[in-house]
Amino acid sequence: MDLFEYQARDIFEKHGVPVLGGVVATTAEEARAGAEQLLGGQPGVVVVKAQVKVGGRGKAGGVKLARSADEAAEQADAILGMDIKGHTVHRVMIAAGAKIATEFYFSLLLDRAERRYLAMCSVEGGMEIEQLAVERPEALARVAVDPRTGIDQAKADEIVATAGFDAAIAPKVAAVLQTLWTVYKSEDATLVEVNPLVLTEDGDVVALDGKVTLDENAGFRHPDHEALEDTGETDPLETRAKAADLNYVKLDGEVGIIGNGAGLVMSTLDVVAYAGERHGGVKPANFLDIGGGANAQIMAAGLDIILTDPQVKSVFVNVFGGITACDEVAKGIVAALEILGDEASKPLVVRLDGNNVIEGRRILAEAGHPLVTLAETMDGGADKAAEFANA
Amino acid sequence: MAIFLTEASKVIVQGMTGAEGQKHTTRMLASGTSVVGGVNPRKAGTSVTLGDVEVPVFGTVAEAVATTGADVSVIFVPPAHTKAAVVEAIEAGVPLVVIITEGVPVADTAEFFALAQENGVRLIGPNCPGLISPGKSNVGIIPADITGPGRVGLVSKSGTLTYQMMYELRDFGFSTAIGIGGDPIIGTTHIDALAAFEADPETEVIVMIGEIGGDAEERAAAYIKEHVTKPVVGYVAGFTAPEGKTMGHAGAIVSGSSGTAQAKKEALEAAGVKVGKTPSETAALARELLA
Repeated sequence: MDLFEYQARDIFEKHGVPVLGGVVATTAEEARAGAEQLLGGQPGVVVVKAQVKVGGRGKAGGVKLARSADEAAEQADAILGMDIKGHTVHRVMIAAGAKIATEFYFSLLLDRAERRYLAMCSVEGGMEIEQLAVERPEALARVAVDPRTGIDQAKADEIVATAGFDAAIAPKVAAVLQTLWTVYKSEDATLVEVNPLVLTEDGDVVALDGKVTLDENAGFRHPDHEALEDTGETDPLETRAKAADLNYVKLDGEVGIIGNGAGLVMSTLDVVAYAGERHGGVKPANFLDIGGGANAQIMAAGLDIILTDPQVKSVFVNVFGGITACDEVAKGIVAALEILGDEASKPLVVRLDGNNVIEGRRILAEAGHPLVTLAETMDGGADKAAEFANA
Repeated sequence: MAIFLTEASKVIVQGMTGAEGQKHTTRMLASGTSVVGGVNPRKAGTSVTLGDVEVPVFGTVAEAVATTGADVSVIFVPPAHTKAAVVEAIEAGVPLVVIITEGVPVADTAEFFALAQENGVRLIGPNCPGLISPGKSNVGIIPADITGPGRVGLVSKSGTLTYQMMYELRDFGFSTAIGIGGDPIIGTTHIDALAAFEADPETEVIVMIGEIGGDAEERAAAYIKEHVTKPVVGYVAGFTAPEGKTMGHAGAIVSGSSGTAQAKKEALEAAGVKVGKTPSETAALARELLA
């Protein structure tokens, strides 16, 4: 789960990472109040920053300086509701202004290939880090981090030395890196990025902008993480699917897909897309993995969500019975169609293979539901479903 | 021969007394696996009858190993307890630990993987279906009745695609089919399995199944080019998967190129791997090599 900048800032603050004051606002009035609070009646500058989970918001006009609370309200009014690369701005953060002397970069993330963590750090911050990595890889220090020991004093010293910080500020930066490790470790993050990490004119090292990704698998030991979820930006069907404990991703095609196992479902999307090339360019409408236990309730809940999608014109159910027996899946489909009644109005192509397939196919054939067509193979089923969607 | 798992493998089950553990231990026994014990500190000294086999329950992995000489442990315990279970198996000196559990925090996996590496222990998973050497041994949840022993070696991130491919090539049979799991950090990679299949005299053709995300397939492609002389057929799932749903922003920096199916396919093809567009096309490519 990716966090908004203001959420990352709050988590940083909680774990002792030096940050500037920041207040989140959803209206111009709240932005004014936030700016008043930060300015405290003194002359100064605040920054109004669009809260979107996408890069390049500065260039898109989503970050503005304000020299008064009134100006902050005006800027917030202009930024709220903006569209930045397909993301609507629902919140801004009013951040205290900083006198920046130098900008740096730091991130800590999973190194999937080496199966440990990787710290990346550069004394050249502020620019797009992907660009720096490609154009001047020597300016980006990469230091392996052992997941068990993390960034202790020795590791922090190694990172700042490798990145080439001035001796004068190296100890300060090293101290901040250790607090960022605390964030990574104690929040079960898979990414903690600070860009820029800055040295202020007053000589302080401050995390000016943060990006944090949390591991959803670790949710069981972080009950507070649930509140960080942004349900406003999620597709309503995805929200409903999540509530029903279904693994669903909305796409924009016409063929609804249900399958078991993430790999097989991904593969089914591909096969349907190829079949669509022969049938008017129809595409898969969703990803839906019903997992191992494809009983009637799960099947009904899955079908219900797919059939609610107005774009869906046909559905392809592709199940390989490994542990799941195909007769159970077939019974699930029959029962689900009964539960849904008239709501089930789109043609359903079903391909079953594997464990108890003969019995599964017999059950479906015997039920003889007018909407159900049986397919012998995955390719054949995809073709039929695409044909129905193009009819 | 097969890889990692042979008829001589002695298997213990951590989490055997739970519902999933019992169900799958019964299946493992039915497919000929030598399951020599289960582990549950609260039920030490008892036994569980699964099918027509009575399996003893030990209080600790160390005790189970000392008594039975077990050299494989398969783990079915819930995510919150998985790390402790894996650490216990590593510390008891079990050389192969197969972690079926889905939903393990990646920090836990990173920590127990580091410990396993230090101790020379092979981990498979987490979030995987396990592995089967048909006719010899079956550890995990792969159905044993899809196909029998044969000449194909299969490595896959996905469980059901493993089953699908075993089914497609059921008339040839498999030396070993291994599901390595779909988590960001996994104990055994495509490369580990490719190296083992290359060295296995029973394996003649290798089928490798990948999916979007990370750069494991690109790394496997580079490995194949340098080290694998046996023919390899590949499949990558997720050509139509939307961008940004699973990939983190900073992850793209680490992998260099992106994690798309197209990039993986191209990398594999550049290494001389024939890549199918669909599972059936992939099976057809493998058939040509096996004929």
